[in-house]
Amino acid sequence: MDDFIYRALIAGFGIALISGPMGAFIIWQRKAYFGETLAHSALLGVALGMLLDINTNITIIATCVILALLLVALQRQQRLANDTLLGILSHTTLAFGVIALSFMEQLRINLASYLFGDILAVTLPDIYWIYAGSATALLILIAIWRPLLAITVDEELARVEGVKVVPVQLLFTVLVAIIIAVSMKVVGILLVTSLLIIPAAAARGIARSPEQMALIATLFGLLAVGAGMLASLFWDLPTGPAMVASAALLFTCSLAVRSR
Amino acid sequence: MSNPPVLIQVNGVSLTLGGRTILKQIDLSVRRGEVVAVIGPNGAGKSTLIRIILGLIKADYGSVSLPPDTRIGYMPQRLRIDPALPLTVRRFLTLGQRCNNETLRRACAETGVERLIDAPIQSLSGGENQRVLLTRALLRKPQLLILDEPAQGVDIQGQAELYSLINTIRHRYQCGVLMISHDLHLVMATTDRVLCLNQHICCSGHPETVSQDPAYLALFGNHPGLALYTHRHDHQHDIHGAVVDSCTTCPKRPDAEHPHG
Repeated sequence: MDDFIYRALIAGFGIALISGPMGAFIIWQRKAYFGETLAHSALLGVALGMLLDINTNITIIATCVILALLLVALQRQQRLANDTLLGILSHTTLAFGVIALSFMEQLRINLASYLFGDILAVTLPDIYWIYAGSATALLILIAIWRPLLAITVDEELARVEGVKVVPVQLLFTVLVAIIIAVSMKVVGILLVTSLLIIPAAAARGIARSPEQMALIATLFGLLAVGAGMLASLFWDLPTGPAMVASAALLFTCSLAVRSR
Repeated sequence: MSNPPVLIQVNGVSLTLGGRTILKQIDLSVRRGEVVAVIGPNGAGKSTLIRIILGLIKADYGSVSLPPDTRIGYMPQRLRIDPALPLTVRRFLTLGQRCNNETLRRACAETGVERLIDAPIQSLSGGENQRVLLTRALLRKPQLLILDEPAQGVDIQGQAELYSLINTIRHRYQCGVLMISHDLHLVMATTDRVLCLNQHICCSGHPETVSQDPAYLALFGNHPGLALYTHRHDHQHDIHGAVVDSCTTCPKRPDAEHPHG
């Protein structure tokens, strides 16, 4: 096999390691659409990075965090529902991202690779970024696991019992931003949240505790990455979408297991 | 005889939201070993008052003072835990307070939820749910228990049991209890002092006194016959509401509540 295939697999596995536990929390907190919105804003982050000549991983994380803060500010007006606000932010940032990129014609950007990922073009520095990002995110997640779980179960009860809700939730948002930044190269903006949500949802039927669900989701994520890679090799399928399709297949199987 | 120490003192708390008065000049205090009930109709500001006391929202005016390091056990109205979260009752209980098995077992025995300890939290009935919430509050060895509609979603039989359990706990833990209820007659027997709230405190005092107070009668209507009617739920219903001899449709859940009207 060629080098680029190994690189692609290693990159995919690196993302699966963190997207399992993070995906579980996103499901428990009903933040799927929130993740989607942050992912859409990543394109604006890419454009900013190119414009300012900064590493795009950093500008993507910054854009996502600013967007999350903007959402919190908008939620205070209490007139428009959360999903309306998310819809506005999600598509506005995507539109601005595409517009900004269109001004940089000289860079000859392949928009499709940002939207759907281009895992076969992953470079060694990309892999460093993925593993640094995943490891950092995983360590932070383990550190805040207990308070985050308490907040997920009941935010007010956690607050009364002394959990520092705001910093923990803010950290969690930063983690979502990190994951989106590092996994965009692999599955693309439009499919980023699928690797978070689908393996975790598939794990729900078998899991008996929050930690089990996070671990099984990770295993399913690794499996989906591997299976997608093989499908892509044998049938010449686009790699990122093939990984998402594998995850969806796993989810379908999990439904059958659960209904028994 | 000296009075037991004051656990919480609320002075002149007021809150206005969007030009609407939610709470006006509320004074309130709870002493150790005392049960204080706040009653009032829907929209009276009961839950808002509790949330201000807990520090979850800020009042415009007034103060809430507690001795430093007061351990508060809080029992929210109900839980909305996503069904996607696999969580047993045991795990839920120890999320608020780490404790060993023996402490956990004893607290569960006290509230009668021992047999539920390994059940998924989402599978509980209304009454079981409230008892589990109470257990979590107790595990913190509270000096002050704050209960927001503890009998929410519990059938009449279970409500009486729950209030008598709260009374037992008050004596055993020697803690103060501040609770919200929408019905004076439910809490009458086990309460030392009642505050009747409708944005402001209309009247307060011993439950018997409050039940005769013109301000109370004006707020809840002068229908003692209706208000004092105690429903004795001595039969079961099938899924369509028809009366049946025994609950054959739910053999595992004899205490599951169902609408009755």
